[in-house]
Amino acid sequence: MHPRSARFGRVAVPLAVEIAAARAVGSLSRLLGRGGGTTVPGKLLSIVDPGAIDRLAARLTAGTVAVSATNGKTTTTAMAAEILRPRFRLAHNRSGANLLSGVASTLLAAGGAELGLLEVDEGALPEVIRRVRPRAVCLGNLFRDQLDRYGELELVAERWREAVTALPSETSIVLNGDDPQVGSLRGTLFFGIDDPRAARPSLQHAADSKYCIVCGAPYEYAAAYVGHLGDYRCPNGHHARPPLDVVARDVHLHGLERVEFELTLPGDTRRVDLPLPGLYNVYNALGAAALAHALGATADEIAAGLGRVAAAFGRFERIAIGDKTLLLLLVKNPAGANEAVRTLVDGGTPRLAVVALNDAIADGRDVSWIWDVDFEPLLTGLDRLVASGDRAAELALRFTYAGMPEDAVEVVPDLERALDRGLELTDAGGELVVLPTYTAMLGLQRIVTARGLRKPYWS
Amino acid sequence: MNIRVAHLYPDYLNIYADRGNIAVLARRSALRGHDLDVTAIGIGDAVAPGAHDLYYLGGGQDREQLLVAEDLAAKAEPLKEAHAGGAAFLAVCGGYQLLGRGYRGFHGEDMPGVGLLPLETVAGDRRMIGDVLLATELGPIAGFENHAGRTYLDPGAQPLGRVVSGFGNDGESGFEGCRYDRAIGTYLHGPLLPRNPRLADWLLAQALAHRCAGEPPELAPLPDRLEAVAQSVSAARARARGGRR
Repeated sequence: MHPRSARFGRVAVPLAVEIAAARAVGSLSRLLGRGGGTTVPGKLLSIVDPGAIDRLAARLTAGTVAVSATNGKTTTTAMAAEILRPRFRLAHNRSGANLLSGVASTLLAAGGAELGLLEVDEGALPEVIRRVRPRAVCLGNLFRDQLDRYGELELVAERWREAVTALPSETSIVLNGDDPQVGSLRGTLFFGIDDPRAARPSLQHAADSKYCIVCGAPYEYAAAYVGHLGDYRCPNGHHARPPLDVVARDVHLHGLERVEFELTLPGDTRRVDLPLPGLYNVYNALGAAALAHALGATADEIAAGLGRVAAAFGRFERIAIGDKTLLLLLVKNPAGANEAVRTLVDGGTPRLAVVALNDAIADGRDVSWIWDVDFEPLLTGLDRLVASGDRAAELALRFTYAGMPEDAVEVVPDLERALDRGLELTDAGGELVVLPTYTAMLGLQRIVTARGLRKPYWS
Repeated sequence: MNIRVAHLYPDYLNIYADRGNIAVLARRSALRGHDLDVTAIGIGDAVAPGAHDLYYLGGGQDREQLLVAEDLAAKAEPLKEAHAGGAAFLAVCGGYQLLGRGYRGFHGEDMPGVGLLPLETVAGDRRMIGDVLLATELGPIAGFENHAGRTYLDPGAQPLGRVVSGFGNDGESGFEGCRYDRAIGTYLHGPLLPRNPRLADWLLAQALAHRCAGEPPELAPLPDRLEAVAQSVSAARARARGGRR
C-alpha cells in the first residue's frame, strides 16, 4: 500500500479536518515569506485527497464557473469578477494560481463565498471541469504557447473538445466564435468582433489555426483581428465562424490608455469604455461579458463592471518609482507579445525598453518563440534595448538579427540590475516600458515589493 | 553574389520559429556581401533542380505535416536531383522526418517521405522534449528538441553528431540528426542557427559552392560575441536539464 494513503485513508479524514490542516500550511507558508502561499495548501489537499476538491466546489451555493484560454484568461477572469461582484460573493483565484492545486487553494479559502470564479490553465482544464462540475465555462482562444509543456496545440484542442463534450446539457458553454478551433466546439453562447475597420491587413506570421478543421484548406478571412482570431470561412464550405450572440462593433483604440466599443448582447446594446488598451482586451471583455450574461447579469451591470476594471497582475500594470513610472507588459507567447508590441506602437513607440526572457517551466523552457514574435515594428522608434533574464543573450540576438545595431543592445541578465539600468536611462517624469516573461515578471514584482513600492498581491 | 534559397511550405512548417534560421542565413550572407534570395515553395509549386542553392524545410505540427506530406513526396525526384547536383539542404524536426523515407504513425496513418536522407521515423509513445547538446565535426551544437517520432538511421548513415545531453534521434542510439553530403537533418530547433553560427556558415559555404560550381569558400569570420554566449547558456541548460536516455 502507498504510505500516504495508509496514513490518511481517503474516507477516514473528514473534510473539515483536511481544510483546517491545509489552511494552516497556507498561513505558515505566508508567514515564512515563501511567495503568497497561494498553492501550498491546495497542493497538499490535491495530494492527500483530490476528491475533496469536488466536495469543496459543491459547497458554493451559486456553483462555479471556469475560464480558460492560452491568452488573456487572467484578465478575462478579473473582468468577470468586476462585473459579478455586486451580484455574488466570489471565490476567485486572482493571483493566477490556475492549476488544480491553485483551484483547490481558492476553494479552501472560499468560506462564505457563493460563486467560484476560476481561471484555469488550458492543460488543467479537463480535470478541473471533471472535478468542480462548473455551471458555466468560458473558452477564449488557443494560440501556440509552451509547446514544451503540452506538446502540440492540436492535442490541447482535442482534450478541450472531449472535456466540453462530456459536460451536461444544462452547462452554459461560452465560446470565442472568432477562433476556428474554439468556435467549432459545442457552445451555447458565441462571442466575437464585427468591425472590419479594426481588422489587420493580413494574418500574422504567428497565426496558428489557419487551415480548415475539416478539409485542411486555408481559411478565407473577411477580417483578421488578433492572430488567427477573426471572421473566417473554409473556401470549400466546410466550416465558418458561427453566428455571434455577443458582439463588439465600432471599436475605437485610444493608445496605451483605453478602448471604446459598442457591445451587443442578446436583446441589448451598450457603449463600453474599457480602461485597458488594445484589441486583445476587447476579446477579454467580450468573454467576461458573455460569461456574466450567461450568469444573469444585466447589460447595465456588464457595461458598468467593464468600465471599472484595472490591469491584472503584471498585465499593463503601472508602478510609480520615484518620479518615474514602470509599465509592465507580460509577454509569454508570440500572439500575446505581438499584441503588446502593437499596443505600444499604437501609443507611440518607446525609445527605450527592458525585455526580460527567462526559460523556467512557467515561461516555457524552449525560447524559440521569441523568433515568431513580430518585434520589428518597435525598431522604428527604439534606440536602446536592455536585454535581461536567464536567456538575455538569445533575446539580444533576436533584436540584432532584426537589424538593431549591436551597440544599442545592452545585455544585463540580472533583473534588478537591468531594472536599475532602465530607470537610469529614463528621463525624470518618464515611463519605462518593461516586457518580462512570466517568472521574470514575478522577479520584478519581488524587487519592487522589496523596495516598498508595491503591495504584495496576496495581501 | 546572390544565394538562392528555396523555403518549402513556410506557411505550414514553421512551428518552432523557423524564420529565425532564415533571418540568420540572410544576415550572415549580407555581412559577407551576398544577398539571400528566398523563394517560398508551396503546395503545387514546382521544384526546378539547379534553380536553388539551399533548400530549407522547417518543423510543423502533425496536422500541418500531414497536409504537406503528399505534395512533398510528389516532389521527391526533383529534390533528389537537386541534392545530387550539389545543392545544400537544412531540414529541422518535421522537415527532417519528411526528408527520410517516411513516418509511420501509431494507427497506421503513414506519411510518405522524400527518401533523400537514409532514415525512417516511427511514432513513439512519449514525446522527447528538452534541451540538447551535441558534439559534431563543426564543434558543439546546442538546441531544443520536441518530438514524438523516433528516427532510425540506415546502417552506415552518418549522424550530425553525438548526443552529449538530451534524447537525440531515437532516445537510445546516442546520435542525433543526419548528414548526407550537403544535406543536414536534425531535431534541434531553438531556432538552430542563431546560437550555432558555425553550422550556419557551413551551410552558406556549401550553398555558395553550388552557386559557383566550385569549392566551398572560406567565409570571413564574424565576431559572434552574443552567439557564443547564447550557445554556452543553451549548452549549460542541456547539461543541467536535457533529456536523459
